[in-house]
Amino acid sequence: MTVALELRQTIARAKRRDVAFVALGIAALLFAACTFVALFLDMVSDGAARLNGDFFTQFASRRAERAGILAAWVGSFAVMIVTALFAVPLGVSAGIYLEEYAPRNRMTALIEININNLAGVPSIVYGLLALGLFVHTFGLGASVLTAGLTLALLILPVVIVATREAIRSVPGAIREAAYALGATRWQMVQHHVLPYSMPGILTGVIIGLSRAIGETAPIVTIGAVSFIAFLPPPPISTEFPFLNADWLASPFTAMPIQIFSWTSRPEEAFQANASAAALVLVVMTLLMNAIAIWLRYRLRRNLNW
Amino acid sequence: MNTLRVSLLSTMILATLAACGSGTEPTPSAPGTPAAPASGAPVSQVIQLDGSSTVYPISEAVAEEFQIQNQGRVNVTVGVSGTGGGFKKFCRGELDIASASRPIQKSEMENCAAAGIKYYELPVAYDALTVVVNPQNSFLTTATVEQLKQIWAPEAQGTITRWNQIDPSWPDAEFKLYGAGSDSGTFDYFTEAVVGKAKASRGDYTASEDDNTLVQGVTQDVNALGYFGYAYYAENQDKLRAVAIATEAGAPGVLPSDQTVIDGSYVPLARPMFIYVSEKALARAEVKQFVDFYFANVADLAREVRYVPLPPEAYELVKKHLAEGKMGTVFHGEPATAITIEDLLSREASL
Repeated sequence: MTVALELRQTIARAKRRDVAFVALGIAALLFAACTFVALFLDMVSDGAARLNGDFFTQFASRRAERAGILAAWVGSFAVMIVTALFAVPLGVSAGIYLEEYAPRNRMTALIEININNLAGVPSIVYGLLALGLFVHTFGLGASVLTAGLTLALLILPVVIVATREAIRSVPGAIREAAYALGATRWQMVQHHVLPYSMPGILTGVIIGLSRAIGETAPIVTIGAVSFIAFLPPPPISTEFPFLNADWLASPFTAMPIQIFSWTSRPEEAFQANASAAALVLVVMTLLMNAIAIWLRYRLRRNLNW
Repeated sequence: MNTLRVSLLSTMILATLAACGSGTEPTPSAPGTPAAPASGAPVSQVIQLDGSSTVYPISEAVAEEFQIQNQGRVNVTVGVSGTGGGFKKFCRGELDIASASRPIQKSEMENCAAAGIKYYELPVAYDALTVVVNPQNSFLTTATVEQLKQIWAPEAQGTITRWNQIDPSWPDAEFKLYGAGSDSGTFDYFTEAVVGKAKASRGDYTASEDDNTLVQGVTQDVNALGYFGYAYYAENQDKLRAVAIATEAGAPGVLPSDQTVIDGSYVPLARPMFIYVSEKALARAEVKQFVDFYFANVADLAREVRYVPLPPEAYELVKKHLAEGKMGTVFHGEPATAITIEDLLSREASL
């Protein structure tokens, strides 16, 4: 009798703890979600009125109602293209090598530790490195190329780590089956490991890019300008060879810089502009994340092990 | 088969790298020269201006109007690296024009001289550094320079913390200070003018390069005292009160305004702002055109962004100096305060 009672009490206590943990979890979740929602709504209420077609097609101006984010969003977009062009091939190759080829020795362990540490280095440090290396030593100036390379360095560890995680999740049996059929290592990677780990890699790449697009410190450090009322030259021209790379050397501004510049203006009206631009930046980031989720879903569907 | 694939892949990587490499070619190899357009489509010229955040609104306004008038034939970029940061770039030959909220300093002159960079020093407008308090502060209407010095001097750190230590008739309450960050020209000028030595300031105050942070601080604290450029006071007159400045005890306090700046009575906190144009850049037709445009329009545009334009005859003199090729700084690298307009234009320049 007493044993049964004690047992029941123990069960009841355990259940109470269970409920308490769920409550704590929900509270934590709500806290995070509410903070974001509150910030987001505040931005919407301050900036929504400024969001119209002109806001996207006009350059910055000293008059708040005439100012737009054309140079900023085009600049951010161009920089992201360069970042992706460099970070993805380099990061994915490094990830494949470390996971599939590298011998397990001290050297590899050292490299791995360094990569993981690099992911935690403050972004301003990358900015300072880029200022010394790209801007001064290589003489690339405060250009789209410099900014793209800087941000590519910044997200390289993220891409490498994501690639490795994705590759690691491919079952060993697949590799063994490929070898059993006489495949070389590269054939195995190319035909099996890479396609199967693609969803994970893409997710990592896009998460890296959405971090890069909001970075302010490194691009301020390399000397991005605050006022610019022209766009980089278009990458496609009407004359032979139809492509030109002048846009890489062009000065630029980016969304976070535009927002920062507007928040430090004395006139109240610019605060609304800053809110509107911040809203656009948040939506851009959310969109990139949505694309990551969609891609993952699409590519996973094609997998059947 | 396998080796073919690998070699194909490496060729592709090499090709990509080569393509990227060629992309960097149009960047200037020699600093200071504009991005040379590649053959083919005409690429417009870029004028690079950087420097003081205080001068930024004026330069931005001029650049905006200039580009509207030019319809994209000549492009201007304006950066905000701060006065010191701007001179660093300028004396490395990375800029065509540097803007500054204080005259060029000795060390900066030496850097420029070492790099062989000669320049024109052109005053563009006046700013009235404004000392502000919370509107609920009823006792501090006029402050002498001496009192400000007592508050801001390095020795005051940790010892002078209450209003009645400055003036026994003021309340026995702790004050909170808000001021410019140590990288700004505003900081250099204020410390020189008030404490008597550039960059000498107590450190226990809220320092920010973002003047809106300072505005917020003074607005929310009854016992706050701060200083920043006039434009930030002008936009927030309902939330802040300016303190009149008296040069010595017993002298009448003077509030910042167009009038008091122009007639030279708002001393020592009225300060001229400059652009420095490199001689090499000015030789380029589009830079010359931009500088001419700057001085043809700066009076109106400066007023629009809440600065005090120089009198018309001063702008005429600037144009004359440009035409005569009068280069160098009239301050010889010495920090200067209480600079009158006549002073600015009549002194002898040195490089």
